[in-house]
Amino acid sequence: MPRIFVYIAHKNGVADDSAAELLAAAKKIDAAASPTAIVTGSGPDLDAVCSTLRASYGEVWKVAHEAFAYPNAELIRKALVKIVPAGSIVLVAHEHFGIDLGPGLSIKLNAAFVSDVLAIDGIDGTDLKVVRQEFGGQVSAHVRCDISSGAVITVRPGAFKPTDSGALGGTVVDKSSEVGTISAGRRYLQTVVAEAGDVDITKHNVLVSIGRGIQEKDNVSIAQDLADALGAAVSCSRPVVDAKWLEKSRQVGSSGKTVKPKVYLACGISGAFQHLAGIKGNPFIIAINKNPKAPIFQVADVGVVDDILEFLPEFTNKVHEMRTVAAK
Amino acid sequence: MEILVCARRVPDTSENEIALNSAGNDIERDELVYSINEPDNYAVEEALQIVTRVGGNVTVATVGGEDDEEILRREMAMGANHGVLITDEAFNGSDARGIATILKAFVQKGNYDLILTGVQAENGGAQVGGMLAALLDYPFASLVNSIEVIDGKKLKISREIEGGNKEMSEIDLPCVLSIQTGINEPRYVGMKGIRQVASIPIPTYGATELALDASTVGAAAAKVTRVDYFVPALGKGAEMLEGTREENIEKLLELVAAKGGLK
Repeated sequence: MPRIFVYIAHKNGVADDSAAELLAAAKKIDAAASPTAIVTGSGPDLDAVCSTLRASYGEVWKVAHEAFAYPNAELIRKALVKIVPAGSIVLVAHEHFGIDLGPGLSIKLNAAFVSDVLAIDGIDGTDLKVVRQEFGGQVSAHVRCDISSGAVITVRPGAFKPTDSGALGGTVVDKSSEVGTISAGRRYLQTVVAEAGDVDITKHNVLVSIGRGIQEKDNVSIAQDLADALGAAVSCSRPVVDAKWLEKSRQVGSSGKTVKPKVYLACGISGAFQHLAGIKGNPFIIAINKNPKAPIFQVADVGVVDDILEFLPEFTNKVHEMRTVAAK
Repeated sequence: MEILVCARRVPDTSENEIALNSAGNDIERDELVYSINEPDNYAVEEALQIVTRVGGNVTVATVGGEDDEEILRREMAMGANHGVLITDEAFNGSDARGIATILKAFVQKGNYDLILTGVQAENGGAQVGGMLAALLDYPFASLVNSIEVIDGKKLKISREIEGGNKEMSEIDLPCVLSIQTGINEPRYVGMKGIRQVASIPIPTYGATELALDASTVGAAAAKVTRVDYFVPALGKGAEMLEGTREENIEKLLELVAAKGGLK
């Protein structure tokens, strides 16, 4: 069996949630494996993370470098190529850093690459069998990956349920001296925090959320009318922001806001995982979509197959009607 | 600035419901509507805007077959100066690394300052751009949502990171960037524009022209293979309301009220 490494991201001295999920994924590849965590960074934050990870990993490779104060995928790739033995399997979370790091790392390690893996079905000879999704989650695919010269695999956040690994009391191994001089053609300048919008969708109990199914900018008012009637706010998925029909501050998802409403009406939203990642707190999800195969119906509590452009105005009228009756 | 955009023709998920075929091992491919991969279209628009500001040329290349010419013409109608079809039977069955290897050989035939790809295609791989950069030893950035040309040697870019925040960096040219949707507003292409470029010859490049070793591309070199498609057995899934529209609305209204959603 190849040796398994897990790259752990961290912030402010705290390991990312993916630390436990990647460990679970490693155990799916090889239940008997003792995966090694790799953490890059600098200063006391790095030591704090390494120390925490000792509880769940038998070995933690600490890679300190002043250039790692902010995670630059190109620099970290160069360090990993120096320290990771040939033929290893490296797991990374499939988020903005993993997307930056993974493909290039696989080339430099001369290893196979599979991205955004949702499930691992085990090993068959030199092939690792994994499950991915395509077409925005409308279909899944079984994928075989030849790991005979190693593999880099990015793992979808939330796909692997952390298991209790007990208190391992692993050791921290300092690999910093093996990194040497590194430089990158890309240099971090600063992070610009997203602007607050006119409406704070994170503070609403009910969201009328629209996706590509709203079709054009003029139709956004249909959703706003319903939101007004319900006392809700309008939020949206990525295509609506891409088309400039709503501001970025209205976007729910991993690259938008994380919301915790009580009721979430997903209207004309297909339900890509990046969108679902922004819905927390287990709200009651109502999905209205004219495509009966839309992935959103897999996660919704209640679904209606209908055209939102016709359905929403009638819904709004009904709310007004009900309120008029109630007022009498 | 000489800009290359690597693009792909894919089934258009906004026009198609993707379903399994009757054999249950592939998607139903009859009557699929194809179009340019959406992020690639944003990449072409971004290239055109950069060239408008600083001068230069935009070349759009795709690895594929004859049918893929239509997206090259579409992007030429948008304003791209050249379209190139990279095609060879030896390329069939390439995995992402194979495609990146083919593109590397093509890049080395030219003199590009900047190479753009869309952030991902229909398979959600988000991989060819990063691989191409590593093969060329060029700097790379993924999820790019703004580009500013500083001078002939570097760009200032931002990447889309969590929460809609932007990670700003400086990056040396030549480099490879994968472009996120929403970076710009791609211009409209009408039938008239496409007709105007319909007769422009599109050069093709094959394994021979690119001096590619056949053992590094195609099915034989692929380490990663899709075995089949399937639709996973659903967990609980949504309770589907099957009534008339009016009945469904009444039911939803009750549910919204019951869940504390009406104030």
